[in-house]
Amino acid sequence: MEVNDEVRIGVFICHCGINIGGVVNVPEVVEYAKTLPGVVYAEDNLYTCSSVGISKIKEGIVKHNLNRVIVASCTPRTHEPLFRSACEEAGLNKYVFEMANIRDQCSWAHMHEPEKATEKAKDLVRMAVAKARLLKPQEEPEIDVTPSALVIGGGISGMTAALCLANQGFKVYIVEKEPELGGMLRHLYKLYPTMQDASERLNQVVKAVESNKDIDVLTSTVVKQVKGFIGNFKVTVEKGNSKTLNLDIGTIIVATGAANFEPIGMYGYKQYDNVITQLQLEQLLKAGQLEKPERVVMIQCVGAREEKGRTYCSRICCMTAIKNAMLIKELYPEAEVCIVFRDLQTYGKEYERCYLDARSKFVQFIKYVQEKPPEVISEPNGKLIVRIYDALLDSEIEVPSDLVVLSTPLIPHEDTKELSQILKVSLGPHGFFFEAHVKLRPIDFATDGIYVCGTAHSPKDTAESVSQAFGVASRAAIPMAVKRLRTEAITAVVDENLCSGCGTCVKLCPYGAIEKDEKGVARVTEVVCKGCGVCAASCPERAIEMRHFTKEQVTAQALAALGRAIA
Amino acid sequence: MLEKPAVLIIGGGISGIQASFDLASRGIKAYLVEKSPSIGGRMAQLDKTFPTMDCSMCILAPKMIDCSHHPNVELLTYSEVKEVKGSAGNFTVKVIKKPRYVDLTKCTGCGMCVDNCPVEVPNEFDEGLGMRKAIYMPFPQAVPRAMTVDKENCIECGLCEKVCEAEAVDLDQEPEEIKLKVGAIIVATGFEMFDARRISEYGYGRYQNVLTSLEFERLLSASGPTGGHIVRLTDGGVPRRIAFIQCVGSRSQRGELPYCSSVCCTYATKEAILIKEHNPESEVYIFYIDLKVFGKGFQEFVNRAKTEYGVEYIKGHPGKIEENPKTGDLIIRYENTIDGKVREITVDLVVLCPALIPRRDNERLAETLKVELDEYAFFKAKDPLFAPINTNISGVFMCGYCQGPKDIPESVAQASGAAAKAAEEIALTSSKGGVDSGSK
Repeated sequence: MEVNDEVRIGVFICHCGINIGGVVNVPEVVEYAKTLPGVVYAEDNLYTCSSVGISKIKEGIVKHNLNRVIVASCTPRTHEPLFRSACEEAGLNKYVFEMANIRDQCSWAHMHEPEKATEKAKDLVRMAVAKARLLKPQEEPEIDVTPSALVIGGGISGMTAALCLANQGFKVYIVEKEPELGGMLRHLYKLYPTMQDASERLNQVVKAVESNKDIDVLTSTVVKQVKGFIGNFKVTVEKGNSKTLNLDIGTIIVATGAANFEPIGMYGYKQYDNVITQLQLEQLLKAGQLEKPERVVMIQCVGAREEKGRTYCSRICCMTAIKNAMLIKELYPEAEVCIVFRDLQTYGKEYERCYLDARSKFVQFIKYVQEKPPEVISEPNGKLIVRIYDALLDSEIEVPSDLVVLSTPLIPHEDTKELSQILKVSLGPHGFFFEAHVKLRPIDFATDGIYVCGTAHSPKDTAESVSQAFGVASRAAIPMAVKRLRTEAITAVVDENLCSGCGTCVKLCPYGAIEKDEKGVARVTEVVCKGCGVCAASCPERAIEMRHFTKEQVTAQALAALGRAIA
Repeated sequence: MLEKPAVLIIGGGISGIQASFDLASRGIKAYLVEKSPSIGGRMAQLDKTFPTMDCSMCILAPKMIDCSHHPNVELLTYSEVKEVKGSAGNFTVKVIKKPRYVDLTKCTGCGMCVDNCPVEVPNEFDEGLGMRKAIYMPFPQAVPRAMTVDKENCIECGLCEKVCEAEAVDLDQEPEEIKLKVGAIIVATGFEMFDARRISEYGYGRYQNVLTSLEFERLLSASGPTGGHIVRLTDGGVPRRIAFIQCVGSRSQRGELPYCSSVCCTYATKEAILIKEHNPESEVYIFYIDLKVFGKGFQEFVNRAKTEYGVEYIKGHPGKIEENPKTGDLIIRYENTIDGKVREITVDLVVLCPALIPRRDNERLAETLKVELDEYAFFKAKDPLFAPINTNISGVFMCGYCQGPKDIPESVAQASGAAAKAAEEIALTSSKGGVDSGSK
């Protein structure tokens, strides 16, 4: 069965129960398919994807000596891998398979016009045949994977991921820009909801990391350059301001954490000494330096959930406020604590109870509306007054206070953008790292071999960061455990004779797969290319061709749509 | 090639699927046990997902297929874990494969038997709003793509057996006991819904036009009982005014469930947007206590619902719903807790968002596994902060909603985490050394 021999196409047309068969006259489409050039066999199946349908494809390939296979059924998104592997099992290269979507794009869309739908199904099959005649086998390049991971960021997320990977038998490098490990947890006092001491547990984890023989910790170090691709990253890191180090890395985990927003110019912050942030309060509590206040007022959503700009909710502030309110109450039972909030984010199975506990300890909760935020006014005696519009009373109330604590959101670190450019991964609208798919690939990047966890992804608390850290320890381990990877065969190919070296494709490639070589022409790193086709579509010289979607193949398909044969 | 110990995953929803697939992808054999006839879980029942509005089945189905076709995954659907012995690295598990009275290797899912079966019963997958036959596939994209006979409702007429060309129906099938040797176990049993009947003032169960959100989700779904048309059950009319009520049985201070289910504010927002997309003239109200917008992109999602779609959010927890028996319309009495005024509003349809609660059979499973549950019967973390995936039993891990409220991406990330912990356990027990990364 050589593909270069005479074209012998088999067409398998699916009823999909009544999904297609209830609208499209499938037997008529089968008869039509048989008349198309190159088609030597056609049949219909109730469900081509059922085990019976799959064996019919395999039998057909052998019996009719097929060298191209078409299934006209549902969508390649869900079923192409299945049909491709049926072809492979029968001895064909999987790229001689073509699919026509006569369900989602035909019978479902034209449910009430069965005759026209049948005609359209014929058109779609004719187009698939036109392309299939020109299909060529493709090879998927194989690459080796270096069994070592780079974790960028030595906070609780990065360290948790590193330990889990090391325990699975992989070499791990942690790169931390600060002089010591620990990240945000170093600045925290107690952790909600268990009220565990942050530093106590943190020290245990740091010790475990530092004593693990498979983990190399590089503090005061930043990532300078990342070249290569999954399994074969060449990473350059810089220690201090001088020494650079080159690392061979298989997979990369981004666990760079987040910074705390400084509310300069808001609610008298930096203007009055007794207006501080939750993080500053946390440090006072930790150091045992909080003087006894008469009344503390905490204001939520300071610089968060804004109309424009930082529109997002920072997730952890309501619980942080409740926790710190409880700590103040524990320290100074007579002190009054009042939390001024918009919507309490006491989600999940534990946090509502913390809120109820706080209420039972007489922590006060006052709601404010976004349109009329509270005001902080300083009295001549140094005391503060927080003026709150209470919608319930439709009037303003004034709460005297000797300490105002502002709950401000987590924001991306300043160097996030630079790192995203070094790694060639995307950032979301607020500058946090952006995952491959919000629902089903929440800790992968679109770029293979790079993963994200913790607050670098979005605001989250310790337990949530730790869960994600274990998650990336699985995602990053997969390629390293299998050791060899097959990569995409559908890649861009540059015709060096046509390329003018304009660099358009280099700029546009979302995966950083194209660079100019020493001759000044574009060169594609095949294992990095995802076959998206952006470069081919925008090349002014038409010098780039996509494998499996060549100009010739796509033109043939388009002409077939118009009922014309390729010239 | 797979000399490493295998892993047992209990529960075939998105969490169990993700954990199995992660393990299989790295060369560890995964036994995925699901008690219902198909994997897919709750996500399969959903129409769209927040905040991206992805079609749930369209993004789930490829995962289900990838998982089931992976050579390292063995699906054990319609099966339950009966006994677990041994310890981390070396568990022996007895699984009971319930008789489905259909031979999985022969059934093509053609549906001939279904067409001929004379018995109709409410379809659980459609939350009882649609009907299915006594021989059935729960939904068209079911994996495995095969029928199951519901023997409780089967009248043993034998028609299915007669019409089956593949000779797949076998009404004499017996339960089968399977023994597995695994190194680690992952629990991913998901959630069920609080019985909204218990909040009697909302009239669920008495008023036909009061639905639960999961029932409403099936009405929205193109594969649901109405083909995606939003209709009232009393008269088949298109509801013009629809109200959602949050925290039905959750955040309760009077003895139901004190916790927040974490996903309702956002899924109600999603359902509200879908109503507006189906019928832009409709009016949609969401009654809430606190709007939970803590996830990535949630606040922006709610903002869009308000400004682009005109969904109205009312802060307040309605006290009572009354039905106009003539029209089936519903009168909601509530206090707006922003201005303190008591008002009434008449709507055509009410959607309740009940608390999501642990599976009732968690208790039996916990006993089998000897793991601890918390006071609500969610599986209990060994250390909620630093070992959220570990149970108290070494080698037994958990992920997804069975550990506590979370949405799909949190479940997926945690499922990968459980896979990592299982792989770590296997690596550690085979090498004996190193320190567990999060449980000591």
